[in-house]
Amino acid sequence: MSKIEYTSVQGKSPAYFGLLGTLGLFILAGLLAAYYMEHHGHHVTGMTNQIVWGLPHVFAIFLIVSASGALNVASIASVFSKKIYEPMARLSALLAVSLLAGGLVVLLLDLGRPDRLIIAMTHYNFKSIFAWNIILYSGFFVFVGAYLWTMMDHTVYGYKKYAGFFAFIWRLILTTGTGAIFGFLVARSTYDAAILAPMFVIMSFAYGLAIFILLLMATYKWTNMELGDAVLRRLRSLLGVFVAAVMYFTIVFHLTNIYETQHHGAEKFILLEGGIYTTVFWIGEIIIGGILPLLMIFAPGLKDNRNSLGLISAMVILGGLSKVYVTVIGGQAYPLEIFPGYEVSSSFYDGMTYSYSPSLPEFLLGLGGVAVALFLVVFALKALKFLPMSLSDKAVDPHAK
Amino acid sequence: MKKSENTTDTTATNASRRDFLAKAAVVGTVTIAPGVLLHQAARAATAEVEVEVVEVIELDAEPDKNTSRSTRPLDQEVSDKNRWGMLIDTNKCARGCTSCVDACNEANGLEGKTGPQDTQYIRKVTLKSKSTGHETSLPLMCQHCESAPCVDVCPTGASFIRADGIALVDRHICIGCRYCMMACPYKARSFVHEDIKNQKLSAPRGKGTVEACNLCVTRVDHGGLPACVEACTAENHNAMIFGDLKDPNSPISIELRKYGGKQLRSDLALNTGVRYQGLNE
Amino acid sequence: MPFPTVHEPKDESKKCIQPEDEMRRNHMKYILHERDETMHEGIRGEPEGLSNCIDCHVEPGDNGEIAGIESKEHFCNACHQYAAVQIDCFQCHADRPQKYIKRDEHSSSLHQQLQQTLAASETSAKGVNQ
Repeated sequence: MSKIEYTSVQGKSPAYFGLLGTLGLFILAGLLAAYYMEHHGHHVTGMTNQIVWGLPHVFAIFLIVSASGALNVASIASVFSKKIYEPMARLSALLAVSLLAGGLVVLLLDLGRPDRLIIAMTHYNFKSIFAWNIILYSGFFVFVGAYLWTMMDHTVYGYKKYAGFFAFIWRLILTTGTGAIFGFLVARSTYDAAILAPMFVIMSFAYGLAIFILLLMATYKWTNMELGDAVLRRLRSLLGVFVAAVMYFTIVFHLTNIYETQHHGAEKFILLEGGIYTTVFWIGEIIIGGILPLLMIFAPGLKDNRNSLGLISAMVILGGLSKVYVTVIGGQAYPLEIFPGYEVSSSFYDGMTYSYSPSLPEFLLGLGGVAVALFLVVFALKALKFLPMSLSDKAVDPHAK
Repeated sequence: MKKSENTTDTTATNASRRDFLAKAAVVGTVTIAPGVLLHQAARAATAEVEVEVVEVIELDAEPDKNTSRSTRPLDQEVSDKNRWGMLIDTNKCARGCTSCVDACNEANGLEGKTGPQDTQYIRKVTLKSKSTGHETSLPLMCQHCESAPCVDVCPTGASFIRADGIALVDRHICIGCRYCMMACPYKARSFVHEDIKNQKLSAPRGKGTVEACNLCVTRVDHGGLPACVEACTAENHNAMIFGDLKDPNSPISIELRKYGGKQLRSDLALNTGVRYQGLNE
Repeated sequence: MPFPTVHEPKDESKKCIQPEDEMRRNHMKYILHERDETMHEGIRGEPEGLSNCIDCHVEPGDNGEIAGIESKEHFCNACHQYAAVQIDCFQCHADRPQKYIKRDEHSSSLHQQLQQTLAASETSAKGVNQ
């Protein structure tokens, strides 16, 4: 295999600036929404004392989880020495840090007191999973940053293998930490399961890869560079494996709850009686995010069909958002079981299913985070050489037909 | 047993409340001896407050069970020699009565609104057993756990348990992430969703931070009772006892030793500072 | 911007805990120290507490009204606005002595409201519970 030539996008076309401008507008809208929420208080959001984490958290967690998964391609290349992924490693790492930045922006701007962010660095509770995550997120930037450096600077190229390895380990820990935010919540029967942590890891693989595939196809289409079927075929079956794995974890998670009597109430809520959450679970998470993509990925007739791969990736992303929505908000909507064996009522909504209707500012803040991630990618593609000149079958794999 | 009704303005300051309590205690001791059947109403008028001792019909009048108070000089720091807690007898808690809630709102300057975004430190919960149909009502607030999940998850350490067992939020370093609200098994915490004006001097609270029952820490430090306990006693329901769980001779410890007390979500092994009696399905 | 006129307590017998120069430079250190002691150690009534500052320095003006923290007549805000330093204290803390805090009378209406909520939730208890 010959040496890989990298390039940056020219970034002089009106379309490029149009894209940046559009993303910029979304970022602006997100910032205005955040300012509006901080100025008036969370009073103007749909979040309450019952549903304490809302749509911003759905976006933030989805982005953070995807960030770790977007590093997949790079990890497979550097850690597992699969040559065909090698040319895409830079783009993969770039997408990873960008998604994380987007997710963190949303998480931080949703705080009740974002002006006190510095306190999160000066006061530290080492038993808090949130506090661990602060270290994990910062570390992710450092490790993936170093990894990118080793990939792009020939003077430190020799360290690439090590940097890639540490980034790989770190991102596994990071997503374990993100899953543990929920998994370690003993109080709520909708969470409180160690399996959430590995499930988040496998979710990250699927969502990150889906985003990466869309980014790759869009970039090569818009820059008129060559993208062969060999690469996409690999990514397609890899996505299939990840989506199947997410389904597997989902099934085990719910089977456990169905088996354990004390979790019957919560499980019945999500699977049968939860209204919107039940709908989002079956339609969004299972059908759109699981069954349909799997059928399409392994349908022989669609083998090299790029439109179908785009659609599949979009469906996996939508399914992922659904899964995070059901996990975060559906998990809170089910009432806390403080008095097992009793019918409960109070002025503080005890014993009731809590309702949540997301407000526009929350949605805009979430979209703003997505825009931040994409803006960073689009900008970086022009600033530095992330893209291999060609990903044609011949360039990536000498054995390709 | 002290049976008294506070007829003073409910907005009386802490200082005059303490005066009132002291005087009420004196009146109670003089008028009522244990084991005596009393059919009388004694009126004792003082310069500041009017105390009415209403009819007492029990044969064995109970002694005041809220005698265990903080005696710590205020210039000394709290220690783990005390652990402040509460014992709630749900059989005595009157359904439909919200005196504890009203008193809490008044003491902490809460507006008392009950919308989904409004703060409630304490709430009355009505329970009906699914198996027996037995109905109970009880006040529910922060349970002041020894191993509190809110403290575990708080990234900045704003949630903490004071040495004497009171769970507090240091709102100077709370960043408003609400992770503690996700973690609390009792739904005891509220987030301040909008700007607040006219806070009480003794109960600071503000937008963007999380708050909860603090066992009326200021009153407790000054040797007083949590407002809810005071109100429940004043209402003559006596469903709530406050005191030092580490003092074996405190009425709350004696009561617990004799009759036991249930922790809510005892499966979580949090060692709550608030215990309940009468929660029998 | 004109130099702020600092409000002196009307009762001239009152003395501040430290000389004016010291307080002007370092008042926040005293308050911060006292803040953490009170919050975490339960030490109360020390002279360095914020409420003590407020007790002396915030008094009704000639019109009998207290200037709130948003006004530049307020003792704290007068300088802080001049120096363009944001104060965080009064988002939570009262900006005036307790005796000047006017609170809406809500107790009785609140009581009724709660009773109604309780009654309503009891009658509907069956419907909403699992």
